[in-house]
Amino acid sequence: MTYMKKPKVRHPGLRKNTQGMTRRDYEGLVSTLCAGCGHDSISAAIIEACFDLDFPAHRLAKLSGIGCSSKTPNYFLNRSHGFNSVHGRMPSVATGANLANRDLIYLGVSGDGDTASIGLGQFCHIIRRRVNMTYIVENNGTYGLTKGQFSPTSDRVSKSKKGEANLFEAIDLCTLAINLGAGFVARGFSGDKDHLVPLIKAAFSYNGFAFIDVISPCVTFNDHEDSTKSYDYVRAHNAAMDHLDLVPEREEIIAQTEQGKTTDVRMHDGSLMRIHRLDDAYDPRDAESALSILRKRHAKGQVVTGLLYIDEEDVDMHELLGITKQPLNAVPMRDLCPGNAELVKFNKSLR
Amino acid sequence: MTKINDFVVKFANVNGSGSASANLLFAKSLFRMGLGVVAKNIFPSNIQGLPTWYEVRITHPSRRARRDGVDVMVAMNPQSYTQDLADIVPGGYLIYDSSLPRLFPREDITVLGIPIAQMCAEVYDSSRERQLFKNVVYVGALIALLDLDFKVVKQAVRDRFKGKARLVEANIEALKMGRDYAREHFTCPLPVRVKPGKVDKDRIMITGNEAAALGCVYAGATVAAWYPITPSTSLAEAFERHAGRLRLDKDGKRRVAVIQAEDELAAIGIVIGAGWNGARAFTATSGPGISLMTEFLGLAYFAELPLVLFNIQRGGPSTGMPTRTQQSDITACAYASHGDTKHVLLFPGDPKECFELAADAFDLAERLQTPVIVMSDLDIGMNDWICDPLEWDDSRVHDRGKVLDAEALDRCQEFRRYGDVDGDAIPYRTLPGTHPTKGAFFTRGSSHDSFAQYIEDGALNAKNLDRLTRKFATAAKLMPKPVIRNTSRTSKLGIINFGSTEAGVREAGDLLAADGYKLNTMRLRAFPFGKEVAKFAARHERIFVVEQNRDGQMRSLLINEAGIPPHKLVPVLNYDGMPLTAQWIKTNIEALIETGKPVAAALQLSAQAM
Repeated sequence: MTYMKKPKVRHPGLRKNTQGMTRRDYEGLVSTLCAGCGHDSISAAIIEACFDLDFPAHRLAKLSGIGCSSKTPNYFLNRSHGFNSVHGRMPSVATGANLANRDLIYLGVSGDGDTASIGLGQFCHIIRRRVNMTYIVENNGTYGLTKGQFSPTSDRVSKSKKGEANLFEAIDLCTLAINLGAGFVARGFSGDKDHLVPLIKAAFSYNGFAFIDVISPCVTFNDHEDSTKSYDYVRAHNAAMDHLDLVPEREEIIAQTEQGKTTDVRMHDGSLMRIHRLDDAYDPRDAESALSILRKRHAKGQVVTGLLYIDEEDVDMHELLGITKQPLNAVPMRDLCPGNAELVKFNKSLR
Repeated sequence: MTKINDFVVKFANVNGSGSASANLLFAKSLFRMGLGVVAKNIFPSNIQGLPTWYEVRITHPSRRARRDGVDVMVAMNPQSYTQDLADIVPGGYLIYDSSLPRLFPREDITVLGIPIAQMCAEVYDSSRERQLFKNVVYVGALIALLDLDFKVVKQAVRDRFKGKARLVEANIEALKMGRDYAREHFTCPLPVRVKPGKVDKDRIMITGNEAAALGCVYAGATVAAWYPITPSTSLAEAFERHAGRLRLDKDGKRRVAVIQAEDELAAIGIVIGAGWNGARAFTATSGPGISLMTEFLGLAYFAELPLVLFNIQRGGPSTGMPTRTQQSDITACAYASHGDTKHVLLFPGDPKECFELAADAFDLAERLQTPVIVMSDLDIGMNDWICDPLEWDDSRVHDRGKVLDAEALDRCQEFRRYGDVDGDAIPYRTLPGTHPTKGAFFTRGSSHDSFAQYIEDGALNAKNLDRLTRKFATAAKLMPKPVIRNTSRTSKLGIINFGSTEAGVREAGDLLAADGYKLNTMRLRAFPFGKEVAKFAARHERIFVVEQNRDGQMRSLLINEAGIPPHKLVPVLNYDGMPLTAQWIKTNIEALIETGKPVAAALQLSAQAM
């Protein structure tokens, strides 16, 4: 057997959400990743976010490319359709799926090789197209499945497990995403679930392209002393900009916070996102400041995490293309096929 | 020598000088006069400045192939004078702009100089108008020289510039200017001229790409993703135009999504995602795009996802001759991608069939859950062909294939995405979002069992590959049948062809018959081959396989996939990038019949004949 089903154990006491589902209903197969892999923590965070948001699991589609990260959709949301596509091409497949049915929730999971290397072009263009989806990069700075080569997000100062120096500059995916006009750009850390889960929930609630770069240490090939993507390094250098609260529409907002330290953003689904700002220079609605913080902190060797940028006015691809509200895959043939009478008219114009 | 309704007019122009519209006006007027018109645009890969030609063969309406030898050359491009002069048959005519008079070193033709540039300079103020109307003036001269019905030409102008009265008037004035000059200076009409034919009010003039695009609209395609590449671009653009017009909801929103992708990889990726999610989706490309799409084609084959891909073939290999025609992607498409892959191919023979096979392609792709590649080419795709009218049977039901809805899943004991329930090796699929607890699965290009779970069990993987082989056998039964024309029950000689060569092969058959050679022909319309193909091969001893590539790719496919003995299949190959003439086909086949050369020598001969 090359896959393992989770044993069915009944937990009568498990809390149910408004869908009548427990957290277990959002799980997947047993992970075949290395024990302690950051990716498994991200899977757990996705499960928690979907449970908390009361998602009907079957209304979500999960798509991925190739690599360790791209295997993970097998390990969460068993009731959702999944698509493990080809290396670096998840964005195009997700775009097509989204065009076919705008009513589903789309989650793309990719890795740093899959997105920043072979798939960099498709990543740029899905941002341009404003595809309404959540796009998570599980960023470990290394090629795990092929045993530890550098990836394009490896920092220049970072060394491989064998001690080889990395000669080339890293691609910062958040900087790139902001520059290309992504409406929601965040960075999380797989080792900080309390921070990550609200980020994922906020991304899901965003109407447009929401990107989260999650630093996710590779315990086997990139968790050593000279790595800037190790658990220890990220914990020691994590510069968290915020803490998020996503408050559903039905719940009254009662939390009082220190004046001037919070930013409230009304999300498309009616919920309210309250951003508790931890850094004075930081304003998530200002792309320039986000870019500046990313650059300055990176120069100091820090890893900036948080909701880095949000454009509250973002629109999605369907609006831009003027596409009908009805999902295209549900439009009946009688509304798609114009019939012979129209063809007779057209023939006349060709004489 | 008098030639009525049987001659070739060729326009030699400068690319980007606005000649296309005037040349089309000429062809369309002849078509409306009830004549057979075979129009070929021979254009460079260039925006402005290089030589470009438009060739019009006037012939019997049953003829659809081009013919070598130019009877009337309208030489508007000094760059190509030498070549254009050489193309004229003895006794032919050269019309040129004599604003700069010159001598042409041929005694056996008649040179007709018209000072077109001077005439336009006197009448028009702007340089743009002076340039554009030069083209209309020579068409005007041809009205008198070839005896076109001016009323018909005027109506064609009115239709072309509907609602732009000023343009209509200006064009008609320019036509008159050319016509009057010819009348005053030459004996009109020439012995080479037209006589109105019997007008068939049903026939239409259309390019294959436009017809294919309409086929996609009628098939209910809702997602198109593409990347610009000659000669497929006009297909995607026509789809956007027609779907944008015919697919609006009550709020004026579109029931279609057209994405110009960043490259061909993304184009086919979008189509795969949309097809996976239950929309009918397609892309259109040409050779270099096919190369880029092959990885995704393998995924779609193995994960069993429907998609329609139009390959408007052009000259290869590599960038090749982007503006010339070929049929040289046959093996590349049949076996596109690594590992054991095979794809369904359809071969339209003219624009009307582009419409029909486009619509069929979507039904087949969803029925078989696999890519269907429509193998058109530049000649069919971009040239205007005269065809029977497009027709749609309103009682036709689109075949959406085996898709389980929520109710079916409720009745379902156990859902196996890749099981063979019906014995035809075609599995059932589900669409995302269908059922709260049943039918979800993980689509993947990695090896999988019948539940779509990842496996590394060789025997299980082999079992799945075997089912895919059986599915391909099912496909063979569903394919459009080849078109077989028997001229003789006893003849042991046959021709196999496909696609745009049909026009030439059909006429060549008549020429061969006139010389006493009776050959039966079979035009292939699909791969995998049905049983008719092997049957046709069995009853003939020598079969000439006519195709436009160097290596006899269809011949290879017939040997590999239909088990036809190689010694029976004689290659007749042309790869100069021009649509085939009947004469070329006839000459080559006759030479092969007469010498009785074995196949190896035939390959040699074919190369020399180019």
